Amino acid sequence: MTPGVAMAELSPSVSALRAEFGDAVERALVSCGDTIVYLRRDRAHDALAWLKDAPAQAFNYLTDITAVDYRDPERPLELVYQLRSLDRKVDLRLKIALDKRAPLEVLSVYDVWRGADWLEREVYDMFGVVFTGHPDLRRILMWETYAEGYPLRKDFPLRGHFSRAEQTRQALAANPEAHYSLEELSIAETYHELPQDMRERLRRGERGHLR
Amino acid sequence: MSPRTVEYTVATPGVDPQGRITRFPLGLGTKDTHEYRTPGHFDENFGAEHMLVNIGPQHPATHGVLRLVIELEGETVVRVIPHVGYLHSGFEKLGEYRHYNQIIPLTDRTDYLAPMANNVAFALAVEKLMGLEITERCRVLRVIACEMSRIISHLVWLGTTGIDLGAYTPFLWSFQERERVYNLQEAWTGARLTTSVTRVGGMMADVPEGWEAGLRDFCRTLPATLDEVDAMFTRNAIWCGRTQGVGVMTAEEAINYSLSGPMLRASGVAYDVRKDAPYLGYDTYDFDVPVGEHGDVYDRYRVRLEEMYQSNRILVQALDRLEQLRGAPLNVSDPRVILPPKSRAMSDMEAMIFHFKQVMEGVKPPAGEAYLGVENPKGELGTYLVSDGTAKPVRWRIRPPAFINLAALAKMCEGALLSDVIAINASVDIVMGEVDR
Repeated sequence: MTPGVAMAELSPSVSALRAEFGDAVERALVSCGDTIVYLRRDRAHDALAWLKDAPAQAFNYLTDITAVDYRDPERPLELVYQLRSLDRKVDLRLKIALDKRAPLEVLSVYDVWRGADWLEREVYDMFGVVFTGHPDLRRILMWETYAEGYPLRKDFPLRGHFSRAEQTRQALAANPEAHYSLEELSIAETYHELPQDMRERLRRGERGHLR
Repeated sequence: MSPRTVEYTVATPGVDPQGRITRFPLGLGTKDTHEYRTPGHFDENFGAEHMLVNIGPQHPATHGVLRLVIELEGETVVRVIPHVGYLHSGFEKLGEYRHYNQIIPLTDRTDYLAPMANNVAFALAVEKLMGLEITERCRVLRVIACEMSRIISHLVWLGTTGIDLGAYTPFLWSFQERERVYNLQEAWTGARLTTSVTRVGGMMADVPEGWEAGLRDFCRTLPATLDEVDAMFTRNAIWCGRTQGVGVMTAEEAINYSLSGPMLRASGVAYDVRKDAPYLGYDTYDFDVPVGEHGDVYDRYRVRLEEMYQSNRILVQALDRLEQLRGAPLNVSDPRVILPPKSRAMSDMEAMIFHFKQVMEGVKPPAGEAYLGVENPKGELGTYLVSDGTAKPVRWRIRPPAFINLAALAKMCEGALLSDVIAINASVDIVMGEVDR
């Protein structure tokens, strides 16, 4: 077996990024032949947008957004952006390290790639990272009233925080109205025909509740 | 692509005998500006009210447990809000508690219409992480697994989309062909759906004696079935009317929405992972990548139909290579990765130790991370693995092509008719096992 870190060169985009953004590029390394660049959180959005628009870079395709929570609880949560230039046929992986003691917040890249819409929602759903500027940051795979936390974090037990009995009880007691989001119920012009108490609850911003 | 024979029949307004418009298509302006509300013809309040229609999660045309909440103005879609997650099984979380080879059965259950291709994608990513070079025979068998999966997945797509749009016969044809591939899968792996055919560094098993003849027979007759579908659909007025100009994504939009696979190529972007970032030696096979130009449902149909012909071509070439590699080793000869044969494990001390260590401790890639994208039937299936040197991954991320393609559904349906939503949704080719994981 050869070691996982191949003797490959850093992608030339790294030096271009360094020239443009200076110390916002924290470090860069190669793993299995893929270049990984760590970006500082506050400049990450600009750097990603620049990588897309700079003609020499042309990373026009957002392959994936995900996050990694390491087993070591001290290690920061890493946000991973997998970019690709469809014309140059090269990939680049960018990471933002998020300290878990601070609020997990980062600027959304929804305005750069629309493909980020559901990918960011999934990262929010699974890791609790808040993407500021995302127009519709709701849970996507878990239901909207899901109260147990963020499943893919390492401090989340495999079987969930709640006991099986509690999970069953909540599932049976779930309010069917909760499956329509507030947004859906208020867009229809039949809104005024909803029962008074339901309108009242929607006005307060409730999306159904667990009893 | 051939010139269009039928243009936008769906998008033309319906007119009653008095010449008044009864159905107003897209692009005529908002409800306040256009003139369709002739006095007495419509109830004055009729057009003013938006209707909220719920489709799914239990609806045959949503191809699984997808739920769409659709805001309608008359028959025109104002907005679609998709709800996914009904089939969420937490595969990625489960993977963090399993050995690498134990994850392979989970990959069967993501895109369950192409299980073998998922097995291959995962094994390749682990091998990239470990820097393992697999044998030539294994590579050829994996190409066969991938292309068989592509054909059966596209056949399901073809059949179910046909049913959605009112054509029942091609469904029977395509499922008949698909059944033959399932029989081959069963002969190879013992399972029709949960194939789990790959292992890190090799395959679960070689193909049985005489199996190649069965696949050759399939490859010989599949084009005839595809020709029949082609004759049935490609110039069919109803099919063209329901699909041409519906759900259009331009090339820029397709890239911006991160579409992949046939969805991307139908919009005119010639990117195929097999050609542009080759794996498994795909660059040594002779095949073409079909690319559409209009980015509508019809072009997606043409792209997928042609891809099946091309997969058939690859299969024939792979079978020829397999013949030349008769008797060549299948698995890598590394006892830390591949289990020794049972007879040796029972008689040889060293083999027994390796056997024990591998079963109890699992394969251990070095610390590091790897992303590998493969061209699955639905699009680019990416596997992102982070290892800390132990036998269980820190993170196993699936880049789900169907999930990302489905995210563009709301955009494609905007301004379409309600009946087009069914056609557009079918054209995305989703499989909820993968969308929800």
